[in-house]
Amino acid sequence: MIRVSVDPAPIELGVEVAALEERGAGGVATFTGVVRTDDGVEALELEHYPGMTEAALCALAEAAIDRWNLRGVTIVHRVGKMVAGERIVFVGTAAAHRREALEACAYLIDRLKTDAPFWKREWLAGGRRWVEPRATDAEAAAGWA
Amino acid sequence: MTISMLYFAWVRERIGTGEEQVDPPEAVRNIADLIDWLSRQSDGHAAAFAEPAKLRAAIDQSFVPLDALLGNAREVAIFPPVTGG
Repeated sequence: MIRVSVDPAPIELGVEVAALEERGAGGVATFTGVVRTDDGVEALELEHYPGMTEAALCALAEAAIDRWNLRGVTIVHRVGKMVAGERIVFVGTAAAHRREALEACAYLIDRLKTDAPFWKREWLAGGRRWVEPRATDAEAAAGWA
Repeated sequence: MTISMLYFAWVRERIGTGEEQVDPPEAVRNIADLIDWLSRQSDGHAAAFAEPAKLRAAIDQSFVPLDALLGNAREVAIFPPVTGG
């Protein structure tokens, strides 16, 4: 019931959602992160810590299952280089009722931003720059403590 | 005690490598000591570790604060704050 994937391949939204629907729960909630086109960003590069990343995502999925009554959790994070408009991350939850699915989905994406070893680098016309962490992301993650 | 060091993002770039084996002296007890000791190994290490407040760490693939004791650590990673999602 937990699916975690860290892969340079594009995220297949339809396949991921269909797999969650097949868990037989009453509701499926999903979040999809997409490379934004603000500030002249042409592409995004994701670096990660192989081994630790997968373990951290599994630990988050297990923490969500401990907290909400879930039938399925899927976390798929893309790594490597991707262009504006492509999917970076997919989080999906399946539960008997909408509130559990929606809350667990929000929890997972908030915590993923602070609890998993990924680093983003933006590619701009003039060069590349590492993305700085946002204080609001830390606050959002701490809000679930 | 030999430790496998891993570096990521701009820490990796400034040091010039993503991994290395190190053998710190016994006086190096925690991550902050290790950062201090590594800073003296090369200009690249010094540049990467110039602002410890911008560094985060993991021991054997678990996040730890910079004052965490190394104990019997086999793998230590040093990197900037994470920015996934």
